[in-house]
Amino acid sequence: MIELQDVHKAFGEKKVLRGVTLTVPKGESMVIIGGSGTGKSVTIKCILGLVKPDAGRILIDGQPVDRGDRDAFLARFGMLFQGAALFDSLTVWQNVAFRLLRGEQKRPKAEAREIAIEKLRRVGLKAETADLYPAELSGGMQKRVGLARAIAAEPEIIFFDEPTTGLDPIMAGVINDLIREIVVEMGATAITITHDMSSVRAIADDVAMLHDGVIQWVGPVAEMDGCDDPYVQQFINGRAEGPIEAVR
Amino acid sequence: MSAALLRRPLAAIGRPVLAGLASVGRMAIFALQVLGHLVRPPFYLREFGHAIMTIGWYSLPVVGLTALFTGGALALQIYDGSSRFSAEAAVPSIVAIGMVRELGPVLGGLMVAARVASSIAAEIGTMKVTEQIDALVTLSTNPIKYLAVPRVLAATLTVPVLVAVGDSIGIMGGWLVGVNRLDFNSAAYLKNTIDFLEAADVASGIAKGAVFGFIVALMGCFYGMNSGRGAQGVGKATKLAVVASSVLILGSNYLLTEVFFSG
Repeated sequence: MIELQDVHKAFGEKKVLRGVTLTVPKGESMVIIGGSGTGKSVTIKCILGLVKPDAGRILIDGQPVDRGDRDAFLARFGMLFQGAALFDSLTVWQNVAFRLLRGEQKRPKAEAREIAIEKLRRVGLKAETADLYPAELSGGMQKRVGLARAIAAEPEIIFFDEPTTGLDPIMAGVINDLIREIVVEMGATAITITHDMSSVRAIADDVAMLHDGVIQWVGPVAEMDGCDDPYVQQFINGRAEGPIEAVR
Repeated sequence: MSAALLRRPLAAIGRPVLAGLASVGRMAIFALQVLGHLVRPPFYLREFGHAIMTIGWYSLPVVGLTALFTGGALALQIYDGSSRFSAEAAVPSIVAIGMVRELGPVLGGLMVAARVASSIAAEIGTMKVTEQIDALVTLSTNPIKYLAVPRVLAATLTVPVLVAVGDSIGIMGGWLVGVNRLDFNSAAYLKNTIDFLEAADVASGIAKGAVFGFIVALMGCFYGMNSGRGAQGVGKATKLAVVASSVLILGSNYLLTEVFFSG
């Protein structure tokens, strides 16, 4: 279970998070929605320790994230970055097997390659892509490789940062379905941040709306369309008029 | 009103001074972190080997050419100067001493700064803006250990070798010009070079090379990891890495020369 309790974060004068409180139960898929620049990425970077919150507490299974063995903590996570963030200097399979080639989860090279190829197959890529470099792949293929890397070490918690940004609608649908299948099949706890409503409907068990640095609404995806929260209604219907200023 | 007017120029001076000092502090902390990780496992041998090739091996042509032309020009200059008081015989020894003590390490270091500090800063800066550094952290890999340590260690070990090779090529440049343009006897030129050159001259230049290599890679990594956003951020990081490493090479060269040869 992931718990954020009154998390604050400012960059200089700009207060990005003003008291985020959110609970993601174990095995649930939570999707955080909100406009660009509302602090969605900062929220998950705070959970991962990539950004240090100014105030508040973040707990994973009741344990504060800033204490204990950092490597063991990070070994529980997988993350798909917005631009896939593949390492240009490594081949596709070396990217996927990155964690399996070094550190505590290190395995023999042949075994790591085999696992990488199996994970690539799981995301719909052929074994021939294993020896290509990321620059030789299309945007959709890079996202799939990023997804394969995120799940390679069978993490308990997976984060997806704007998984469909920059993809055509068909590829976005493929990625959404893959994420849903993988999260269900692994039983992982997932947090996805997106402003793509098709992703929300495909991936989410629960939805949280982040605006002005706080969670404005949280609830099951089935209740999202019928809820009376003006922020959620403006966002999911893409209206220019409403409590959220169109020009921020 | 007048106090506020007075404060404005003082603030304009104070702000960049404070920012500069903060930057020096961050640089020093970064250097200590790199040194700390240097002696603690895990060690990334593949990355170290790759850095040896890109920093050391591929810098050989540019360092060699720089040394060759510098050695030749030095011979011409010293011949012209020394002929004014009939001391042309000193050309081989002064070329050799000038190359191994000063020009070999300094020009070699500056060429490596231009070639290596820029490429390290651009590569790591691009990794930062494309979230590859964040990805490393989420994959339980310390970016300083994985990116900076192999590069800094490789540069510290290979730049002295580059300096030694550059010294030899520079002396050869002087010999080529001496024999072909200035009518020196080939054997006498070489004997004169060897007789006057001391081991301490060569060792001081090589020690300078190690310090310059450390500076170049450290600045490339530091500015790359602190790169701003977008293409402009990476461009600025690259420029600052080259400027900072060049200035630090020249400054530390003076200090090292004081340490090695004063008194």
